[in-house]
Amino acid sequence: MIRTTIAAGALALTAAAAHAQTEITWWHAMGGALGEAVNAVAEQFNASQSEYRIVPSYKGNYEETLTATIAAFRAGEQPNVVQVFDAGSATIIGATGATIPVEDLMNQNGIPFNIEDYIAGVRYFYADGSGKMVGMPFNSSSPIMYYNVAVLNEAGVTPPKTWEEFRDVTAPALKAAGYVPLAQSHTPWIFTENFMSRHNLQFATNSNGYDGAEGTQLLVDNPAIKAHFTALKDWSDNGLYKYYGAGWADNQTPFENGEVAIWLGSSGSFGGLKKSVDFEFDATFLPYWEAVTPTGYNTFIGGAALFAMAGHPAEENKAAAEFFRFLSSPEVQFFWHRETGYVPITEAAYELGKSEGYYESTPLAEVGIQQLSLPGGEWTKGYQMGFYVQIRDVMNREYGRIFAGETTVDEAFRTITEEGDQLLARFAQTQG
Amino acid sequence: MKKVQFSGIAPPLLLIAPQMAIVVIFFLWPAAEAVRTSFFIQDPFFGRAVFVGFDNYVNAVTRSDYLRSAAFTGVFVTAICAISLGFGLLFAVCADEVLRGEGPYKTLLMWVYAIAPPVAGLIGVMLFDQHIGPLVDFFAFFGWELQTGVDYWDTAFAMTVVAAWKQIPYNFIFFLSGLQGIPRSLREAAAIDCRSPARRFWTVVFPLLAPTSFFLLVINITYAFFETFGVIDVMLKGEPGNNPVSLVYKVYLDGFRGQDLGGSSAQSVILMVGVMLLTVVQFRFIERRVHYA
Repeated sequence: MIRTTIAAGALALTAAAAHAQTEITWWHAMGGALGEAVNAVAEQFNASQSEYRIVPSYKGNYEETLTATIAAFRAGEQPNVVQVFDAGSATIIGATGATIPVEDLMNQNGIPFNIEDYIAGVRYFYADGSGKMVGMPFNSSSPIMYYNVAVLNEAGVTPPKTWEEFRDVTAPALKAAGYVPLAQSHTPWIFTENFMSRHNLQFATNSNGYDGAEGTQLLVDNPAIKAHFTALKDWSDNGLYKYYGAGWADNQTPFENGEVAIWLGSSGSFGGLKKSVDFEFDATFLPYWEAVTPTGYNTFIGGAALFAMAGHPAEENKAAAEFFRFLSSPEVQFFWHRETGYVPITEAAYELGKSEGYYESTPLAEVGIQQLSLPGGEWTKGYQMGFYVQIRDVMNREYGRIFAGETTVDEAFRTITEEGDQLLARFAQTQG
Repeated sequence: MKKVQFSGIAPPLLLIAPQMAIVVIFFLWPAAEAVRTSFFIQDPFFGRAVFVGFDNYVNAVTRSDYLRSAAFTGVFVTAICAISLGFGLLFAVCADEVLRGEGPYKTLLMWVYAIAPPVAGLIGVMLFDQHIGPLVDFFAFFGWELQTGVDYWDTAFAMTVVAAWKQIPYNFIFFLSGLQGIPRSLREAAAIDCRSPARRFWTVVFPLLAPTSFFLLVINITYAFFETFGVIDVMLKGEPGNNPVSLVYKVYLDGFRGQDLGGSSAQSVILMVGVMLLTVVQFRFIERRVHYA
């Protein structure tokens, strides 16, 4: 009893001593080693100055963090800064007034902000229709192609630049050498969203959804992507590609076991792969169909961004702005990039990585940035669609049915378009 | 015996008030709120609600995945009840006749009940993992390439086995105590009249177990509908994909993963009505055949 009283008293004293500081909260979805890197960034910020203090807390996976944020916002208990993932961005960006756009936050607090400082593939993904940055890109990655070096040498092939090369040369040789030539870990992300970007194809009406939720419709019922899935199904039937389900790890494991020669995963996956495999692997850009485009375009980023929630005192908003300034500084970006494998979000941080010689010692870390920095087209900025988590679930379900032979490619894309459009229309209704 | 009566209406009302308050706050109010929400479509952040009438209901039942999920739930619930009640009864009958080492035998059969559903799910994930699962290797030996997470019915099979396995001990305990409550003299009398143990079981013992069986049927149906959530959640590993989900899990997916509160509420109201009907059917038609001693 006495002990409790003393402890409570001590706590009250500490609280009083820290009162001069403005404390802000940061909800995130980074568990394990990534969570440790988040804590390290927060500690560095707290140590770098004495006016502000940021307290990160882990709220579960991406979906859980968004749900927790929404519940907290409705109860008036929202955090100052929250991490929201790519598929949830339309929900939070669409809720005008729930967040303070990064650009406004920086301008209001007199912190210089120039969207051109950010690397091309990152710049507009979390922006609104007018191109104003709403969410600050935080952990950004892009899908790239990993391959088992020894296996490709054994089969006498090089990593394929195009899907035509994969189909005609790479895959038959790898199959003959006794391997599953190809697997990939996130069909909606890699073979849909980024397929559209890599080939500069329009993904949805209303400028891929950026011009507003009203009337946005999916444009995936498109001959190029249907031809891609027809080819995949054909490869899957002939042992040139294997679909291990919708789970990320279920598709990565056979690559780590050496059964699969080529695996499409995240540009941030190399750190984990290095720890789990003992063979030499390398990575390069995602292949593209030469029949669709003569050269491949840049891919989108995946991952998540940080949003400053509205409804807090000006002093706390200032603290959030200072934190964003700190976070986007080249040194912090480089630290985050090196610790986690996510790409740096600014040109300056990329330059810093180059001048430190990081990419000479770790060339794999550069593949994602290079692919994001490829020439872009009209449809390579990103997409913004509401209820997108459910749309992805529809895609995953239909793709699973294609590979199980329960549906045809045409039928699957018709269903995705139909159910996806229904979801988009429902979302537009909530925004009305 | 002396009868004590309250002198007015106030004291008895006061005494049942706490119970009523709990029922209202924790059952009736949320249920009413679910019904209300099901007629609106809401923006997640501000909760601005637009009245849409029965749109959410129409939208829910016309979606192809809802019908598929309903069909799966029917198969899932039936299979779990059949497997867990069947094995529970079989083990109880066997254990009832054990003469030596009764204690350890019963304990071995009961310990599974102490496992929490998510842990059971995790064990299932490991046993049925498409890359490292020992059960997958076992079935491969018989020429069945079990692909959990890829093939719809393979995943359904794995979920059913794990969910039913977890419920067997519960049924075992109740069936065993039911069997031990049957008077010895009755069984001895039956043994004199009839030589076939199987026939004796079905004509004498099983009817006497009817109250226990009916109770367990109700409990198992509720379990299969609602409490299998944990097992399903863990086995899906966060990606529903082309995997089977029960109706309860779909309510969660659309409401909490998809932020569609109106649609999710409509589904939960449909489910509520369905379970109510099922309960009425059980008590009206099945309970009539049950004789309580």
